[in-house]
Amino acid sequence: MSAPRSSLRTAGVAVRAMLVLTVVLGIGYPLALLGAGQLALPAQANGSVVSVDGEPVGSALIGQSFADADGNPLPKWFQPRPSAAGDGYDGGASSGSNLGPENADLIAAIEERRAQVAEFDGVDPDEVPVDAVTASGSGLDPHISPVYALLQVDRVAQERGLAPDDVRALVESAIEAPDAGYLGDSRVNVLRLNVALQELDG
Amino acid sequence: MDVLSSVLQFGTLALILALLHRPLGDYMAHIYTSTKDLRVERGFYRLIGVDARTEQTWQSYLRSVLWFSAVGLLLLYLLQRAQAILPFALGLPAVPEGLSFNTAASFVANTNWQSYSPELTMGYTVQAAGLAVQNFVSAAVGLAVAVALVRGFARSRTGTLGNFWVDLTRGTLRLLLPMAVVAGVVLMVGGVIQNLNGFTEVTTLSGATQTIPGGPVASQEAIKNLGTNGGGFFNVNAAHPFENPTAWTSLFQVVLMLMIPFSLPRTFGRMVGDKRQGYAILSVMSFFYVASLTILTLLERAGAGTAPQLAGGAMEGKEVRFGVFGSTLFGTSSTLTSTGAVNSMHDSYTAVGGMMPMLNMMLGEIAPGGVGAGLYGILILAIIAVFVAGLLVGRTPEYLGKKIGPTQIKLASLYILVMPTLVLVGTALSFAIPGIRDDVESTSIWNPGNHGLSEVLYAFTSAANNNGSAFAGLTANTPWFNTALGVVILLGRFLPMAFVLALAGSLAAQDTVPATSGTLPTHRPLFVGLLIGVTVIVTALTFFPVLALGPLAEGLL
Repeated sequence: MSAPRSSLRTAGVAVRAMLVLTVVLGIGYPLALLGAGQLALPAQANGSVVSVDGEPVGSALIGQSFADADGNPLPKWFQPRPSAAGDGYDGGASSGSNLGPENADLIAAIEERRAQVAEFDGVDPDEVPVDAVTASGSGLDPHISPVYALLQVDRVAQERGLAPDDVRALVESAIEAPDAGYLGDSRVNVLRLNVALQELDG
Repeated sequence: MDVLSSVLQFGTLALILALLHRPLGDYMAHIYTSTKDLRVERGFYRLIGVDARTEQTWQSYLRSVLWFSAVGLLLLYLLQRAQAILPFALGLPAVPEGLSFNTAASFVANTNWQSYSPELTMGYTVQAAGLAVQNFVSAAVGLAVAVALVRGFARSRTGTLGNFWVDLTRGTLRLLLPMAVVAGVVLMVGGVIQNLNGFTEVTTLSGATQTIPGGPVASQEAIKNLGTNGGGFFNVNAAHPFENPTAWTSLFQVVLMLMIPFSLPRTFGRMVGDKRQGYAILSVMSFFYVASLTILTLLERAGAGTAPQLAGGAMEGKEVRFGVFGSTLFGTSSTLTSTGAVNSMHDSYTAVGGMMPMLNMMLGEIAPGGVGAGLYGILILAIIAVFVAGLLVGRTPEYLGKKIGPTQIKLASLYILVMPTLVLVGTALSFAIPGIRDDVESTSIWNPGNHGLSEVLYAFTSAANNNGSAFAGLTANTPWFNTALGVVILLGRFLPMAFVLALAGSLAAQDTVPATSGTLPTHRPLFVGLLIGVTVIVTALTFFPVLALGPLAEGLL
């Protein structure tokens, strides 16, 4: 067989193989998993939606901002981490800041956030934990550290006229242990905590 | 506590991989040596018009690899260009030409470099029927080439290396597809989404509105890790909670990335009839993996640099649910394989910490490397190592009973030269061509100073090694980067493959010579040490100068 003819034959095989594999792997496979997910694991497959009184208020996995229209934090809610996704927690535009360790903008932002959190929560700047002054990789981090959650107890309790001990107990019950006891860090899901807070507040 | 939990996490990973190594390695050896076809495979061969019993020469095997990849490239390009008329496009327009080329090259070459933000650019059809298909088949192509090289060692006095279409089919249907189905279901249990909901608006608890994305994510997430592809469904890849909801899914994804590459040495040992050879290769891979993971973890925990010191830790760009170790474990695994997925932003790592993912790739991704590519990469280095040893004692070097002569060394040298040439020339041209330099500095680079050089260096390192991870601050969706990186990706994938197949052909044609008292045993610690040394020297000498200008300067000055 001559080289050009043989190449042409190979090209034909390649085209047919690619098309058949596209049908199997590109249509059959995702649809099979779609069926499995929608039938057997609908809650997860549809985004772990959190509802209050039957109305969806977000996803347990996607952080959301608790700020006014100008981006100022609302003092009666527990606050999440800083976010670089859009204007903050934009679920349509996940993003980290991608600022490097010596970037002047990042250094300035950390100083500003530390001062802001210290004033907002009425604590010493040295007490502000690292997750309160750094943006997450996704910009949608649903969690904060237990330290940061506990730091916010007094402010939230005061704003809502609740007993600080009740709010602290709420936070402590919201602390999630690492997976299987040792995978990852302890954490608090901000949306779930705020949902529980709203229930406590009546 | 931190140290203990890190050690326990690593121990869990090591245990799982150790348990999988044998059965998975043996299974892959079975797949690629069995003479029996499944009924569905016979139907497939008839449909595409190949005779499964036909053996191919290395030239014919290579031609099949190239045609198959070229067709994949074209189809993926056309799918993106036709996006506006495809179903489930989410109202997104056609992907622009330059970006379509870059993305098609990237996914066909198992790289999954993404110059774009997926949620703003790609609808579900392009993602599932285009990108994810290449996640399967580009991985199967890598495996096929690795297996062909192993056959070159295992066979003697033959002109043939097997049949590419059979290897492609079996790798896809018997290995990747069933494992991806299981992995996809496991990921959904952990919270990874799989729907066609598009973007939905919700009213948040505090009364604002928020967009919640949807998509067939679990199906893509499973194969992107298993096939060491790494392309994210979302912009932030596996840092996105819908791709990677919690710490255990993150560890599970690390297992998916590593299970095939770390089991391939067993397959290799089985196929060449000496399992000890596989263990020697596995030892070298494991050495680099453990060393690199330890160094990166220590660096990120120490949190050097102005911003991390000020913040009280290196958590910029990292997720609370993973913590520092969950991030370094994922980052190390992703850049030592050709995966390139990220669950934290490498651009925000400490200066010297950010060098580690680059170094991992610069090693040539051999610890354990991409599926297939890692094995053939380290076997090339093994050939260099026996050659060096042969020079020391003045004997003709042999590896696995094959004489390593001028032809083999030339091919191995060409293989070794491709990647550093592409990385260094690409980076240099970005700053050397006046018009392009201005564009790179004003448009593309996100962090000024030494870190900006690191971003460009990282991009070309990632492209040439078919990794796909990034210092993601870099705006790469420009004519220069889309073109240059696209070309580098293709050359970085297919030139080495051509050299590997030529080498395999030359080895298969040889007779197998019996080992004598003068033969260097290649399964002993001495050889393991030699191979580690050769790998470090080849890497360090090549890249030390440019690393000194980028991350080392940033971290040490």
